Amino acid sequence: MLKIPSDSIGLVTPQIQHFSEKLVLDCGKSLEQYDIVYETYGKLNAAADNAVLVCHALSADHHAAGYHSETDKKPGWWEACIGPGKPIDTNRFFVVSPGNLGQCNGSTGPKSTNPSTGKAYGPDFPMVTVSDWVKYQKRLAERLGLSQWAAVVGGSLGGMQAMQWAIEFPDAVRHAVIIASAPKLSAQNIAFNAVARQAIMSDPDFHEGRYYEHDTVPSGGLKVARMLGHITYLSDDAMGDKFGRDLKDDKLNYHYDVEFEVESYLRYQGESFVNRFDANTYLLMTKALDYFDPASQEQGNLAEAFKKTSAKYFLASFTTDWRFSPERSREIVKALTEAGRDVSYLEFESNHGHDAFLVPMIQYIDAFKQYMDNIEVST
Amino acid sequence: MSKLRPELQKICEWIEPNSRVLDLGCGDGALLEWLQNNRGVTGYGVDIEPDNVLSCLKKKVNIIQADLSAGLTDFGDGSFDYVIMTQALQALQYPHRILAEMQRVGRQSIVTFPNFGFWKHRIHLMLKGQMPVSKALPAQWYDTQNIHLCTIKDFEEFCSERAMVISKKDIMNYEHRSGLLLRAWPNLLGAVALYQLNAQDLG
Repeated sequence: MLKIPSDSIGLVTPQIQHFSEKLVLDCGKSLEQYDIVYETYGKLNAAADNAVLVCHALSADHHAAGYHSETDKKPGWWEACIGPGKPIDTNRFFVVSPGNLGQCNGSTGPKSTNPSTGKAYGPDFPMVTVSDWVKYQKRLAERLGLSQWAAVVGGSLGGMQAMQWAIEFPDAVRHAVIIASAPKLSAQNIAFNAVARQAIMSDPDFHEGRYYEHDTVPSGGLKVARMLGHITYLSDDAMGDKFGRDLKDDKLNYHYDVEFEVESYLRYQGESFVNRFDANTYLLMTKALDYFDPASQEQGNLAEAFKKTSAKYFLASFTTDWRFSPERSREIVKALTEAGRDVSYLEFESNHGHDAFLVPMIQYIDAFKQYMDNIEVST
Repeated sequence: MSKLRPELQKICEWIEPNSRVLDLGCGDGALLEWLQNNRGVTGYGVDIEPDNVLSCLKKKVNIIQADLSAGLTDFGDGSFDYVIMTQALQALQYPHRILAEMQRVGRQSIVTFPNFGFWKHRIHLMLKGQMPVSKALPAQWYDTQNIHLCTIKDFEEFCSERAMVISKKDIMNYEHRSGLLLRAWPNLLGAVALYQLNAQDLG
């Protein structure tokens, strides 16, 4: 049996809320009803001013911290930062971590049954945007009796949600914590997503998204999509350090099967991803990333968008992150200073690339914790 | 204010209440913290050192971790009432570029630097024949960060060549008194120089 570390929140149980109030989406379609799966860590205080919303990134879900059972091999995806004494300190904060609409682990998504057909939504699941997510998260907050977040926190696509919250519901966010994120994707980033989608959609098992009905999975395509993504999340240095040109066998075999260690690693990553993730969800999440551009509401002027916000901001980036590079975070910082908002921005030395925001590196953890500790909550 | 070093105390006297301040090379954030708590000032500190950045966070001072030598491109024209840079000018690769950037970003610029013309430095060089080492310049020639030292005379000549208008100045010795003698021979008796420069009217 696994011994759960003492700095973990410990065993946690996901909960589900059903919403039957129609949600009109940016794409023009709407969801008549939907479920949201979420986890909470820590206790809500009497003043209800210690709630923190944690927003997840592309391939994560509601399970951000702790363990579902004593036999779990791994804790939630942000165990490094959520728990007692950690940056998002569950001794002080009441943390809410929902799984986004379109996901495949409990919240309504392409795998869920479409009530109007009795079959899985598949490709008929409407496109969802970061703004749509913020709207369902607002409803979830209201359901939980929360009118304001002490902080909305997220990395990567999660950071985009924190930004959108501050812009869309200025009075409901006291602090926005935006880590390894960007104000919008670059052409190169959209291009990577496009290749990932093409890999999935050109898999013969994809069946135009209706693979559930054919009892198949476009696993080859989803694998390639994940492998591509994974390369972009790591830095050249990190890959070099980890694998170099190491061979599986000690010699070259002159075939197309796995020869280099890095090939073996990528295949493993791809395969384990297929077992836990849905291809239609991957398509949706990458589109949500592509569409995000809060400045577009203000003729491309991000500072104008931030002028309407009242949150204080904390941003962080990592030196070897080339998918969401420090320059992209600095674009956000520049807009925030131009808008006269309170902001602190830190740039950490790390060779972990984009995934660095998930890694418990001491300087990052200390600074993140210091910022969160400064957030005032009633006792 | 007593906790602040004398040079920073003087700067605090110069800053108008409720103004917007950018502090370049802000160190542990002590100046901004005092200005925030006692003068209603808002703004940001900029520093590159991780320990300084963490100290600023502790003091609830907005901190932007960046390298000054990369310039102030992240800040818009005239976006601050004051841009302050204390004891960093002489450590920059291109001090003249940063000064121009400070003039662009702020309505007023405040700079302080150690006066290389200070009599002790002159004596060090003249009698010992060695690079001066003093309280203001503690490092040896090979490991000093101070790569662009100047005297008060150099700085004022620089300002007049570039039509930078000096609106305030203060020259301090180690006792931080500004006596008659110091006023008579600032470049000889002054250890630390403080200047406030008006932004140029570019229109």
